[in-house]
Amino acid sequence: MAQSTASETHAPEATKSVAELQQIATQVRRDIVRMVHAVNSGHPGGSLGCTELLVSLYFKVMQHTPEPFDMNGIGQDLFFLSNGHISPVFYSVLARSGYFPVSELATFRKLNSRLQGHPATHEHLPGIRIASGSLGQGLSVATGAAQAKKLNGDQSTVFVLMGDGELEEGQIWEAALYAPHHKVDNLMAFVDRNGQQIDGPTDKIGGLGDLRAKFEAFGWRVLETDGNQFETLLATIKEGQGLLGQGVPVMVLMDTQMGFGVDFMMGSHKWHGVAPNDEQLATALKQLEVEKASDY
Amino acid sequence: MKDFPYTESKDTRSGFGAGLHELGKTNPNVVALCADLIGSLKMDAFVKDFPERFFQVGIAEANMMGLAAGLTIGGKIPFTGTFANFSTGRVYDQIRQSIAYSGKNVKICASHAGLTLGEDGATHQILEDIGLMKMLPHMCVINPCDYNQTKAATLAIADYEGPVYLRFGRPVVPNFTPADQQFEIGKGVLLNEGADVSIFATGHLVWKAILAGKLLADKGINAEIINIHTIKPLDARMILESARKTRCVVTAEEHQMNGGLGDSIAQLLAREEPLPLEMVAVNDSFGESGTPDQLMEKYGLNETAIVAAVEKVMARKTK
Repeated sequence: MAQSTASETHAPEATKSVAELQQIATQVRRDIVRMVHAVNSGHPGGSLGCTELLVSLYFKVMQHTPEPFDMNGIGQDLFFLSNGHISPVFYSVLARSGYFPVSELATFRKLNSRLQGHPATHEHLPGIRIASGSLGQGLSVATGAAQAKKLNGDQSTVFVLMGDGELEEGQIWEAALYAPHHKVDNLMAFVDRNGQQIDGPTDKIGGLGDLRAKFEAFGWRVLETDGNQFETLLATIKEGQGLLGQGVPVMVLMDTQMGFGVDFMMGSHKWHGVAPNDEQLATALKQLEVEKASDY
Repeated sequence: MKDFPYTESKDTRSGFGAGLHELGKTNPNVVALCADLIGSLKMDAFVKDFPERFFQVGIAEANMMGLAAGLTIGGKIPFTGTFANFSTGRVYDQIRQSIAYSGKNVKICASHAGLTLGEDGATHQILEDIGLMKMLPHMCVINPCDYNQTKAATLAIADYEGPVYLRFGRPVVPNFTPADQQFEIGKGVLLNEGADVSIFATGHLVWKAILAGKLLADKGINAEIINIHTIKPLDARMILESARKTRCVVTAEEHQMNGGLGDSIAQLLAREEPLPLEMVAVNDSFGESGTPDQLMEKYGLNETAIVAAVEKVMARKTK
């Protein structure tokens, strides 16, 4: 597989151990709770739950060049965040992998910042290739970017993350029908299956049901994994890379816990879009102690 | 009144199809997407000759807009094709977030705009699309008047960096624009010099304005007729120059009054040069089934309506 070989061989920090990734993830979680606390707004729950995935992609899996940032990303693996509200984890991982200064995380959601509440290209923040926030659009965008790579003879891979509640948007299923039909086999999509959305459990609200069966019926290769354990997640991504290039896109259903890593936030939809207060921040940071913490 | 000779009548959508096919030959970055309307959009020649650069999306316009935004990442210049209704209202949020706010170089090409779609009726006759698109920051909005101008506009927008809404239609109309006329985005085209009234028309109403100009000349009224093919960015300089000379203005378009060309020109005049203005446009109404000519007459979008508007606005001129 051209895709997987390229990614594994040339990812800038491919040699990172799981222990090192764990350290980075804890630092990222510190960033997340501090960012949302500072402006008393933002979305910590999904951000904490997807930390392992974004750290894995940016620090282990993807071949990418943070500096200078190239919008077209020719020859690079690309990542798209469709559920844009988990911008805190995206911004932290981008900053910590070298796209922009870590100190800029302090501007999150503030006036005149490049770190908008939801990711945007408008302020030219390096690492962001599309605005997201209004849900359901990222799978289409990622599929288009993957098809551009094919036209360009570019062997790299396009990754995209969606929320599970987001799958209630109809456009997702338009794209889900399109990508296998057009043999977009340089595309690996992830669903953050934390089972929660703003108004409660996804199965009570949207009735998502058997997602594996649904995506398989649409023609995807579907893998399932624990999204909060680096070993299993990395093994699944590697398996997924091995399935690319065979005429079929790959969908990874990733079981996560919303708020993972901060005990009082874990598993509850109540922390979807609520920031911790001073006391809760102190408790969270105590649980997220990391050797040589480099808080912004 | 100048004469506007033409040898044939053609549909503007065919001008788009011809322009797209030419771009296929001259610009390797141009790709095309269609939502199950290849024949209606006249994209057949591009599909046949450049199949690897064509994406049949099916009846999934939201996905098409997202795919187009994604294709720009990698340097492609996507042209999307479907009816105007499904190019705008149906996918407004996709255009807003993934294309306009994201600053993507997508060309949204929309056929069957307005009442002249005819018998299909109001479900398909969008009359709000110019307004929807011009409200989006940095969206360029173009509505050419005939086959040659639509072809030239199609070629021109490929060289323009940024999102564009290109609006055209189904009926056969006189093809009077010279085939070699360059299309300059944002520049009005002076068709007839006059001193008594300025008629600013766009799209299919440009030919109606020419017909009205002849009727007015018979009445001794010398109308200045300007084709405003680009609604945004508006050619403020040319519009103000003409209005300052004639001291009264009529606008004409196949669109709602709210949000259309007339609305843009009214804003401009109110700010810069308050002058009497009458709008030939649909007045807060949906369309209905009928032949294009019947509909244009019933909804007041023909030369007779323009003449009436001119007489009304001239009566309002300060002596």
